[in-house]
Amino acid sequence: MKRTLLAAAAVLLAGCINSGGACAADKLKVGFIYLGPVGDLGWTYQHELARQALVKEVGDKIETTFLENVPEGPDAERAIEQLVRAGNKLIFTTSFGYMDPTLKVAKKYPNVHFEHCSGYKRDKNMSTYSARWYQGRYIQGQIAAKMSKAGVLGYIGSFPIPEVVSGINATMLGAQTVNPNIKVKIIWVNSWFDPGKEADAAKALLDQGADLIMQHTDSPAAMQVSGERGKLAFGQDSEMIKFGPKAQLTSILDTWAPYYIERVKAELAGTWKSEDTWGGLESKMFEMAPYTNMPDDVKKMAEDTQAAIAAGKLHPFKCPVVAQDGKEVECKGGDHLEDTQILGMNFYIKGIDDKIPGK
Amino acid sequence: MQLVLEKRAERSTTIALISPLIAIGLTIVTLCVVFAVLGKNPIAALAVYFIDPLTDGYSLQEIAVKATPLVMIAIGLSLCYLANAWNIGAEGQFLIGAVAGSWLAVKTQGTDAGNWVLPAMLALGAVAGALYALIPAICKVRFGASEILTSLMLVYVADLLLDYLVRGPWRDPQGFNFPTTAEFDPVATVPTLIEGGRLHLGSIIALFVVAAGAVLLGRTIKGFEIRVVGAAPRAARFGGFNANQLVLLTFAISGALAGLAGIIEVAGPVGHLQPGISPGYGFTAIIVAFLGRLNPIGILIAGLFLALTFIGGEQAQIAMKIPLDVTKVFQGILLFYVLACDSLILYRFRLISTSPKVQSGAH
Repeated sequence: MKRTLLAAAAVLLAGCINSGGACAADKLKVGFIYLGPVGDLGWTYQHELARQALVKEVGDKIETTFLENVPEGPDAERAIEQLVRAGNKLIFTTSFGYMDPTLKVAKKYPNVHFEHCSGYKRDKNMSTYSARWYQGRYIQGQIAAKMSKAGVLGYIGSFPIPEVVSGINATMLGAQTVNPNIKVKIIWVNSWFDPGKEADAAKALLDQGADLIMQHTDSPAAMQVSGERGKLAFGQDSEMIKFGPKAQLTSILDTWAPYYIERVKAELAGTWKSEDTWGGLESKMFEMAPYTNMPDDVKKMAEDTQAAIAAGKLHPFKCPVVAQDGKEVECKGGDHLEDTQILGMNFYIKGIDDKIPGK
Repeated sequence: MQLVLEKRAERSTTIALISPLIAIGLTIVTLCVVFAVLGKNPIAALAVYFIDPLTDGYSLQEIAVKATPLVMIAIGLSLCYLANAWNIGAEGQFLIGAVAGSWLAVKTQGTDAGNWVLPAMLALGAVAGALYALIPAICKVRFGASEILTSLMLVYVADLLLDYLVRGPWRDPQGFNFPTTAEFDPVATVPTLIEGGRLHLGSIIALFVVAAGAVLLGRTIKGFEIRVVGAAPRAARFGGFNANQLVLLTFAISGALAGLAGIIEVAGPVGHLQPGISPGYGFTAIIVAFLGRLNPIGILIAGLFLALTFIGGEQAQIAMKIPLDVTKVFQGILLFYVLACDSLILYRFRLISTSPKVQSGAH
């Protein structure tokens, strides 16, 4: 009898080993692909925080794995497939550049579900999710216009993709409500995460007369530079106040945890289906860090704008939107631009004295 | 007392051959210590790193895919290094090859061009890589410019050219401004060898390159000249070998192979041209060349071994939650030990007593 039990245990154990590592036959395996290191204190860090929150919430039913520092090139496809082959049934790929690799792997493994962050290609087993950060940028634009003495904003861009371009436009639309003559200087660093380049860009922008730094890159380097120079700045992705206690005005915080928990619960319940989620302030897909280093009236204005956007009363791209060439942009969404126009935005609005690289 | 490095009178061929193995052994011992410090079982971790990837067909394919560009580039580099010509810019030649081949893919996109497209792309990649490598070679031969510096600097030129092209003229009109060309047409794509897998024709080409390298070095006069020019420049001059001509030749071959590897990578696993197509293959290949003793078969093994560390590192992240940094530390330690072991083949330590007078003379 004892022997049979032992043998049974051995068989069980062997089964577990074959299914890949630890015996977690009943646990749902959830995988994550990260662009940067988990310690980037920006984009990847926020995804990692959300993963940790996910584990805290449903950790008894799932097992999570992540691969960090996965470049957006040929290696991404292999990394994603490695996660599939390790038994992960739900995989989050957390950067735009993973779009085609995710799609390729998704077509190959129809029974595995994929969640791709910030892309536009979907499939039966591949969802997309992103946040309406442009809402936050509109608020930042208003604050910036109030706080900038020179009337010149410094903007560090990553890649001139629509998400970033629409962020610049939203910032300027917000800023123009306060100061119609506001100017912006933009430097593209062609990277999401490159503390050295980001710091250089911040220095160059300050040297060129900007007195306030905003960024669409992931490291706190620009915040540090601004703090050292006694200038103001906005954080990005995560709370960066400890890098510039006297510099940070606010920061757009990526809060993925509610979404991750919701999607994993759906997967556990067997109700997961491919969707396109683009949430904003109203659904807490992102949040604004506390408004600091500004007078009370500016803080009040920011809070009012935030409340108005969250309540659906104010749309940053409300019509009319006038493009750089002076022509009014077709208003496809009733009283504001349609989502597809924002998602594919490839023009600057009037008042931006620059040109989109390569255009 | 003073510790000095002294050149050994004679070199042992056996030691020279087993030196990389000693280096790998030392690396593994060090790695075990690292694993133990991280609180992971060293034996289990080593198994995940080095054994597991070898046990299933999928990982083996991935190792071959990863090793393909490394081996092709390293074969070319080994010819340069044997001839005492220091091509550090294989990364740039790789990128230029990718750009040149992609030009044809982009130009023929959406047309009903036939099966000639891919072979023409590969040829373009190789020719462009060779021409690009000839720039530092000619500068060295004609003006005595250091090829180490010029070839390295041209890497950044190539990188920025690629960057410009995919952001500007060749950008995918449907790509939402993301810096990439459209996906290449099927006739412009390197075919895969196994249904559903990623192993592609390029791996076969890499094997041909290894064989050709072995024949060139072992069986031809040119190969003999290359080795003599590098090992005994004076003897080569007496022999009437033209060292300058060999610099040009080895640079051209090595550039052609790097360029070919570049276009194969782009038309194969990547499928389109974008920045970041190379995670530093041109530089990693330098490690591969030396780890492989500048010998074609050795390079093949070394390339596969380094590819194994990439794949194993990923599996270690998944299976044992070992951070990626350990893989990087590991590759660094490996290079360190290879160089250290090599130094000890050529040199030996000796303690010599020094008088105070000599020391003060150093001022």
